[in-house]
Amino acid sequence: MLCQICGKNPATVHFTEIHDNKMSEIHVCERCAEEKGMHTPAQQHKFEIADLLAGMVDAMTQTDEERVGHVQCPRCGLLYSSFKETGRLGCAECYTAFQFQLRPLLRRIHGDTRHRGKAPVRGTSENGTRQIQRLHDELQRAVEREEFERAASIRDDIRKLEAERHAAGPGGRP
Amino acid sequence: MSAPRSFDDLFTSSAPWWKGEGPHADMVLSTRIRLARNLSEVPFTHRARDEQLQGVLSSVTGAAQGSELLAGGLLLKMQDCSAVERQVLVERHLVSHELGDGARPRGIYVAPDDRVSIMINEEDHLRLQSLTPGFQLAEAWALADRTDDDLDQSLEYAFSDEIGYLTACPTNAGTGLRASVLIHLPALVLLEEIQRVLKSIMQVGLNVRGLYGEHSEIMGNLFQISNQTTLGRGERDSIESLERVTRQIIETEERARDRMLRDARTQLEDKVWRAYGTLRFCRSIQAKEVINLCSAVRLGVAMGLSGLPPLRVVNELLVLTQPAHLQRQAGAEMSPAERNVYRAQVVRERLTAAADGPGTDPR
Repeated sequence: MLCQICGKNPATVHFTEIHDNKMSEIHVCERCAEEKGMHTPAQQHKFEIADLLAGMVDAMTQTDEERVGHVQCPRCGLLYSSFKETGRLGCAECYTAFQFQLRPLLRRIHGDTRHRGKAPVRGTSENGTRQIQRLHDELQRAVEREEFERAASIRDDIRKLEAERHAAGPGGRP
Repeated sequence: MSAPRSFDDLFTSSAPWWKGEGPHADMVLSTRIRLARNLSEVPFTHRARDEQLQGVLSSVTGAAQGSELLAGGLLLKMQDCSAVERQVLVERHLVSHELGDGARPRGIYVAPDDRVSIMINEEDHLRLQSLTPGFQLAEAWALADRTDDDLDQSLEYAFSDEIGYLTACPTNAGTGLRASVLIHLPALVLLEEIQRVLKSIMQVGLNVRGLYGEHSEIMGNLFQISNQTTLGRGERDSIESLERVTRQIIETEERARDRMLRDARTQLEDKVWRAYGTLRFCRSIQAKEVINLCSAVRLGVAMGLSGLPPLRVVNELLVLTQPAHLQRQAGAEMSPAERNVYRAQVVRERLTAAADGPGTDPR
């Protein structure tokens, strides 16, 4: 896990903070912990997860804040600077409009930027390919864990899907 | 149970996780899977106009009614519920605090199989959740996954191949999955080993919260453990890792309980019976005290002490003694002091009914 503040160094300091009996968790690197004065619990300020998220966005865009803040989602009109304040995006299109800003943020939050889970059954023809790819990932993991029965059943699923896709021809599902 | 037809039906029926059934039910109260989904054509809830949210309510309800798994369920619109009713839903873990504010077109759809529900127009348009008793991650996931596929037949979800399901907050983007277990860890708390355990849970990328979710208080030695990240790992992968860690925690707690029983059996039994005695005979009690005393009784039940109420009753007490449940039950708003007296009465009655023989509660 990477530091939730700088997103560069591995998080080695883990805080479970209890304020007014409310609990929150923070994972940071030594340097950021030092800078934020987080080594002295007595002086700790209230450090909510939302603030932390806003802080992460800040750290990312300090250099060209002006330019980036004015980027606007063409569909819902949300300004990137508003997202920075609230931590919430305006619509699905925002993910495309702010993709260059969001990618490093997503990496900081999740340690990754690529989806590896399920996909809607409806929708684009790419889904067949995606589902097969996902099953291949699962197959790999099953083999690593020596769960051979499960691996065999996943392999059968892949064959079935591939046959279906082949039968549907180019373009896949309507 | 049969499908609830109204708020009253829901209120008088017991939630599935109260039964105290399922694997490791004496330690794991419930297992929950939540999936965050949005409709691609509508701005996220906080940016949408009220009429758009009204549209989301109708589309989701329509999709649910058209689905085999969900048809015949109950839609409760937050605007039609009183403040106490909304709070009842929060206390039952059916609705989040955010949804429970009731100011905008929001609602909850409870499926006929009452283990499945959908919060509509929470932070995301849909927060689908499945709740099973005991430690049943695979079952809870299967339920949520099937429901999700069913809804997907008639709803156009916001999804991108790269990022996955798109959510209002980037912390949920990807799978939109939060898998969690509500676990009772009294021995680790008593032996002061809990900090070390919580720290190692967080080091493997999982999250720990209190009974009522984010920022909620740790009460009754109850902890909610859940996955933290939603991007870069498949649902099964996240769930399997929560499963592995939870199994380790269960073993650690079991070992701690064995040690306590070996070294301090009398003190432990004393603590359990004193807690039971207080609950059984109290005349005024706060919700928090009920939760904490129930923790000791639950431990006693798990130790196999005879003469204690069944787990079902202990679980029920956690919810039925919350402020909104009491007020709804009494049919009147009450001051905290009045609630404490009424709460004590409810607790005594439940425990008396559960005890062997006719009521012995001296009035």
